[in-house]
Amino acid sequence: MTWEPVIGIEVHVELLTSSKMFCGCRVSFGDPPNTNVCPTCLGLPGSLPVPNRRAIEWLVKIGLALNCRINEWSVFHRKNYFYADLPKNYQISQYDHPVCVDGWLDVSGPDGAFRVGIERAHMEEDTGKSIHLGEGGRIHSATQTLLDFNRAGVPLVEIVSKPDIGTPPRARAFAQELREVILTLGVSDARLEEGSMRFDANVSLRRPGGPLGTKVEVKNMNSFRSLERALGYEIDRQRKLLEAGREVVQETRHWDEEAGVTQGMRTKEVSSDYRYFPDPDLVPIVVDTAWRERIAAELPELPAQRRARYLDQGVDPQTASVLSASEPDLRNLYDQAVEAGADPRTTALWVTGEITAALRRDEQLRLPAGGELAELLTLIEQGTVSASAAKEVLAGMLAGEGGAREVAERRNLIQISDSDALSEVVDTVLAENPDAVERYRAGEGKVLGFLVGQVMRATGGRADPRLVNRLLAERLG
Amino acid sequence: MSTPTIAEANRLFEEGLLDPVELLSEVLHRASLTEAELHAYLTIDHEGARRRAEAAAERLARGERRGPLDGIPIALKDNLCTKGVETTCASQILAGWVPPYDATAVARLQEAGAVLVGKTNLDEFAMGSSTENSAYGPTRNPWDTERVPGGSSGGSAAAVAVGSAVAALGSDTGGSIRQPAALCGVVGFKPTYGLVSRYGLVAFASSLDQIGPITRTVADAGMLFEVIAGHDPLDATSYPGQVPRWDAELDAGVGGVRIGLVRELSGDGIDPEVAEVCRRVLDLLSDQGAQVVEVSLPTVEVALSAYYLVAPAECSANLARFDGIRYGLRVPGDTVSETMGRTRAEGFGPEVTRRILLGTYALSAGYYDAFYLQAQRVRALVVQDFAEAYQKADVLVSPTSPTTAFPLGAKVADPLAMYMSDVCTIPSNLAGHPAISLPVGLDSAGLPIGLQIMAPALGETLLFRVAAEVERVAGFDARPRLAEGMP
Amino acid sequence: MSAFMPIDIDIVHVARLARIDLHPDELESYRAQLGVILEHAAKVQAYDTSGVEPISHPLGFTNAFREDEPAPSLPRDEVLSAAPEARDGYFVAPPTMETE
Ligand SMILES: [Zn+2]
Repeated sequence: MTWEPVIGIEVHVELLTSSKMFCGCRVSFGDPPNTNVCPTCLGLPGSLPVPNRRAIEWLVKIGLALNCRINEWSVFHRKNYFYADLPKNYQISQYDHPVCVDGWLDVSGPDGAFRVGIERAHMEEDTGKSIHLGEGGRIHSATQTLLDFNRAGVPLVEIVSKPDIGTPPRARAFAQELREVILTLGVSDARLEEGSMRFDANVSLRRPGGPLGTKVEVKNMNSFRSLERALGYEIDRQRKLLEAGREVVQETRHWDEEAGVTQGMRTKEVSSDYRYFPDPDLVPIVVDTAWRERIAAELPELPAQRRARYLDQGVDPQTASVLSASEPDLRNLYDQAVEAGADPRTTALWVTGEITAALRRDEQLRLPAGGELAELLTLIEQGTVSASAAKEVLAGMLAGEGGAREVAERRNLIQISDSDALSEVVDTVLAENPDAVERYRAGEGKVLGFLVGQVMRATGGRADPRLVNRLLAERLG
Repeated sequence: MSTPTIAEANRLFEEGLLDPVELLSEVLHRASLTEAELHAYLTIDHEGARRRAEAAAERLARGERRGPLDGIPIALKDNLCTKGVETTCASQILAGWVPPYDATAVARLQEAGAVLVGKTNLDEFAMGSSTENSAYGPTRNPWDTERVPGGSSGGSAAAVAVGSAVAALGSDTGGSIRQPAALCGVVGFKPTYGLVSRYGLVAFASSLDQIGPITRTVADAGMLFEVIAGHDPLDATSYPGQVPRWDAELDAGVGGVRIGLVRELSGDGIDPEVAEVCRRVLDLLSDQGAQVVEVSLPTVEVALSAYYLVAPAECSANLARFDGIRYGLRVPGDTVSETMGRTRAEGFGPEVTRRILLGTYALSAGYYDAFYLQAQRVRALVVQDFAEAYQKADVLVSPTSPTTAFPLGAKVADPLAMYMSDVCTIPSNLAGHPAISLPVGLDSAGLPIGLQIMAPALGETLLFRVAAEVERVAGFDARPRLAEGMP
Repeated sequence: MSAFMPIDIDIVHVARLARIDLHPDELESYRAQLGVILEHAAKVQAYDTSGVEPISHPLGFTNAFREDEPAPSLPRDEVLSAAPEARDGYFVAPPTMETE
């Protein structure tokens, strides 16, 4: 009998607002410790929280993008637990009346398209950061904790999927799609390695059609790859336990990237009792129809819509996915070039291929305007520059040398397509290589390639190869 | 000369018979004579007060006074944050803590030119009804120093009663302004919830806490209220609308006003002498044309139960931040968790510990619905009750406290008996309504009796109108022993 | 409402949740006091509140927000000077042993 994995994903996204969730301190990463703090985000006696309107609007935006119902009436709760980097020893969060509920996200995975249900998306505040000093930087052997509260109070959106993801590759595809949505909305920089987007997973196994098994929470996955690996490992671990007739213990396990295993906490798990209750320092949030519609009207084109549009424009599915996941600058370049008349399919290939590769080599490069890219593609299409020369033209354009034709001319990359001019060169080459001409006529067909090469060499590679072939054929025929 | 009221001081300032520096000297002199016996203050800011009084004196001399509070020495309950001046909430856990910011109410007093004298004693974190729960020793009642001044704003009430401050701010969560005002023979006013910003008031129970004035007269209370009230963008629960004018109908009398005596707060459990004096005042109001009726608030008793669930629940979270990590006391342990546990065990007194435990229990899994949620629903019933009563009466009255000042130590061992001291005042906190206490007479032991007037939310205009008339007809002008014999 | 009465208060658990390290004799004394108070408080359960919405703000308004505009933070020296222990711009605390 087989076991079927049941995976649910919990995502935390730090919003990139100008100020924190409940106070005016800046949201800024990498500043010296404890420089963006005030009475409110330090939890000083007497301080009070006042919610950031933009953060709420961005949460609604996320909810709408995830096809959620936006609750007209929602409230903040206090989630009570003691932790050194939680200044008030309670976190302002949402409990039974979150802003967004019951949505879904369509994902195209490695094994086809699937839909993931979204349980809820709610607003909360981030904690500070602890640095555990001691041997090996491990919590268990730390001798001191250093606390920095710059991150405390940064707006945090928690998105909880329904437990209906069946495999680790699908979990990864969902996570990637969600990140793309967040980036498209422009509400977070969503960097996994810096923790501005964090994934936790709940995993359990069950018999197909059977009741849900005991679930384990897996934390500390800092990349899509580690999310997939951690889930793979954990499913395997649980399967082995079950097959050996043992039980899965409900617990939180940390993914150890280096060892490639999940590990349970060594200390005894304290059963959590968060004593949620409505925060009396805050009044209810009411998102009425007018407000919701105003926010909906500001929604940008979402990744799924974008991919559908690319397909409609004739881009192949693979390239459409890559283009859709590209940086906004690159997507804009595509849109502008197409608008300037370039062929969408070719444009997409160039943007996701040559241009992306060049940018990866050198971040300082300046993207061409859409019209300039369109011009380059026209030059290729008309045979004015060869496909290989075009890469050189592009390099010049990225280096800021000018427009496509300008660079091609300055770098002497315009193809010689003038048959009179080329005829002269062909005649010279034939005259200089009587042997080769003899062998060709004797039936050694491959010698033609040599002669073409000689013509190309004589023209510095600028000759139109099709024309060269024709002229040689005429004279040798 | 004895310490004047705000109104009197303004007249003396204008007539050139007094200046703010002289007035401050008078007040500080009064403090030096009384503090040893009274212990109303935890901190007196001699230097800051002197500086502000001098600045006020200059403004007076230049004819540039900022308003009626300019140059008036005012005391602050020590749970109001004062930038640069130690703020302890009468707790060991905050010993030595100097806030880096001012509470909004404090900042507004400063802008109005008030001279902040110092920080007054209270029950630790405002939890108590006698000011005996202060980690720094109790305040005593100026009418009889063997008795309590009430609480938790006992220091503020005692200071105003003896004139070691012209006026003071307190905070009222279940009666903490009105009950000590009653027991000390002064005026105490709790505004409608949301009219005075709570920013910088160290929270006890956020949905009930409200800052308000303690003064010698109704008009003084109004003047203080006018300065500290008004929307504050730093407090999300602060009312964004217009603040009612306290003096809009001050001289209108009580002709035609329907005054409802709360039946449940005038019989059983109320000291007969207290009930009698209150009834006599109603007769006098009746003589002035008021229509006195009896009304019922059936939920009064259960309101006390609801209060003793809601307030501790909120306090259990509000006081979680005192953990020895970022400020205040630290009692070190081997781990963060141990450090927090030890700091809190040593830093909090018994009453605070009791309420934190009570609130933690009321919120914990399995009990939330039966206790906290049910208490919040009962609170809604109290609001409904009031609404029905206000169909029959325009304002409601009751004694402020069931008894006059009780002896020190009398109720320390019996928390429930102590909690009963707040039975008359708690309903207004639960409903968020305004209420004022003013002295209307003395009992046979010579202790003051306070009458409470309650009004619907935002009903301050009518409340002050009736209070002014009560003040006039009651003609209370007695002063405590410790305020007599001024030089 | 059902006639729910608190029979047993797990005071050790409650004190742990509240993060107050009390001695066993103190715990016992608080347990007894809480029992008396809760017996009185349990009167709230005798009231029929079906259909009653719990109160949120007495004046009933909603949507109190601030605009997303940065305001000055506190000077770090001032912030850390109040701390029981601080070093190199950080608050310093004993080691963290458990995660919750
Ligand atoms: Zn802040």
